[in-house]
Amino acid sequence: MVPKRTARSPKTVPVQLRYLAHARSGDKGDTANVGLIALEPEYYDALVKGVTVARVRKHFRGMVSGVERFELPNLNALNFLLHGALDGGGTISLKTDAQGKVYSTAMLRMEIPVPVGVARKAKRSAQVAVRRSQATPGLRRTKPKK
Amino acid sequence: MTQTIRIGSGQGFWGDWLEAPMRQAQGGPIDYLMMDYLAEVTMSIMQKQKSRDPSRGYARDFVTLMERLLPEVVAKGFKVVSNAGGVNPRGCADAVVAVARGLSLGRSVRIGLVTGDDILDRLDELLAAGHALTNLDTGRPLSDVRPAIVSANAYLGMQPMVEALAGGADVVITGRVTDTGLTLAPMFHEFGWDVDDWDKVAAGTVAGHIIECGAQASGGNLLYHWRSVKGLADPGFPIVEADADGTFVITKHPGTGGVVSCQSVTEQLVYEMGDPHNYITPDGVADFTTIQLEKAGRNRVRVSGVTGGPRTDMLKVSIAYFYGYKAIGSLVYSWPDAYAKAQAADKVLRRRLKDLGLEFEQILTEYVGVDATHGKLAGDPDPDIAEVELRIGVRATERAPVERFTREIAPLVLTGPPSVTGFAGGRPAVQEIVAYWPALIDRTEIEPHVRVEWMDT
Repeated sequence: MVPKRTARSPKTVPVQLRYLAHARSGDKGDTANVGLIALEPEYYDALVKGVTVARVRKHFRGMVSGVERFELPNLNALNFLLHGALDGGGTISLKTDAQGKVYSTAMLRMEIPVPVGVARKAKRSAQVAVRRSQATPGLRRTKPKK
Repeated sequence: MTQTIRIGSGQGFWGDWLEAPMRQAQGGPIDYLMMDYLAEVTMSIMQKQKSRDPSRGYARDFVTLMERLLPEVVAKGFKVVSNAGGVNPRGCADAVVAVARGLSLGRSVRIGLVTGDDILDRLDELLAAGHALTNLDTGRPLSDVRPAIVSANAYLGMQPMVEALAGGADVVITGRVTDTGLTLAPMFHEFGWDVDDWDKVAAGTVAGHIIECGAQASGGNLLYHWRSVKGLADPGFPIVEADADGTFVITKHPGTGGVVSCQSVTEQLVYEMGDPHNYITPDGVADFTTIQLEKAGRNRVRVSGVTGGPRTDMLKVSIAYFYGYKAIGSLVYSWPDAYAKAQAADKVLRRRLKDLGLEFEQILTEYVGVDATHGKLAGDPDPDIAEVELRIGVRATERAPVERFTREIAPLVLTGPPSVTGFAGGRPAVQEIVAYWPALIDRTEIEPHVRVEWMDT
């Protein structure tokens, strides 16, 4: 007998992290850290579930040798340590990004599955932000003065 | 007991915006101005300068700045706390005394000098006594690189700075102290907290971490809604308004640019973070998962709830050693087929280096505009990309192959793929690599050597 489906998991869709989080990164020797911060508190759960060590390791395959993750629910943030990410790090590294300053943005390229509602809100917020930034005084529609 | 004190951040690193300290002094009330000059490799640069001229080895920017700042210190009564002393805090203090005497300040200024962090002269003694000073990252013993060592300094905590302030210092000058200690010290001095009140240590450490990188907490380098950050031509550097109960507000002077928000503070909190439960300093261990942030008005964020644990028996030591040489050359290739031309040039160059029999520890090629910052994650470039910069770096333990490499870039202009430009800077420079060696040492080996003294002008 087929078991009756009692609870249905909500449908998820893939969303790029740039729509869900902001981030900053730094270095300690040959390790880059990436602090990933939910853009809205309600996105934090999706980050915890979606940005797993396994997914991050896969995302940075060939670029890092190990991944650690720490949770900071008080800041709606996750902190990642990406080991072996900086070609020796500090002064030894030949990389443009020897100090891992923009590793954070490389993380934001990742896609994770999130509930449809979250995806919709995240995309809408991003569109609003871009529209707002593009609205320059010369282009803004204003009522003609009488 | 003092009610609220205001500690402003004036410099986030050696090379930060030179106007910031004056803006902090003149833009509104502050009680303390903290200025951090020392990144991991800064000490080795300063040590090199000192070996050429024994009177140098500190941040000379700081001394120049004091010509403008000391009249403000005298007029307004705030105090300056800085690790600008580098590997020669005494030389730095002497220079500041000379500056003060050359100004008509109307009163004497007291300089507090903290020494004892420099263990370069004691290294052999310490190694002989069984301190391996093992590299925290690689596990190698320090004896492996002993002859190549350039500088060695223990990270001191806040206590000698608290002592300097208690002795009436207007300006405290140190060598290698922790960045966070520069903020902790004024709090402990003003509030009379017990040094084993670990939650207070943790709170002050968090405050220090937030402001130690200057404007990076107040709108600079802020990714969150970055387009909406206004006034970065004149960014307000962060200020801690600290209360005796261990809570504090992060803010900036009115009328300045940038922004202080929960997001700007959070981005700085996660910067260079390791295990957030254990943010270790010489003064205690802070738990960043206990931090509570709350918007407390325009450009005001209240920070509370911070807890922490006892300090450890060890101090961190930062050692710099000579590693080898590197050079980085670049050329720009233009449309059409910009990326393909740059790739072809890389092949030609690598073949020539091989034919010359040059040996490198590493050759790294990056294509700026294609993969330099995100590697393979950036995907394939636009086939019509306007230009690509070929950026190629080499590293070796010997100078000769690196030197020869620097002469192989320009010839590509007339002997390699077409549509190449961007070589006006000339031959790339050979750079000496001084590398960083983090280690730990028993606190008891360092603390008896720490001295505080005062110099009056």
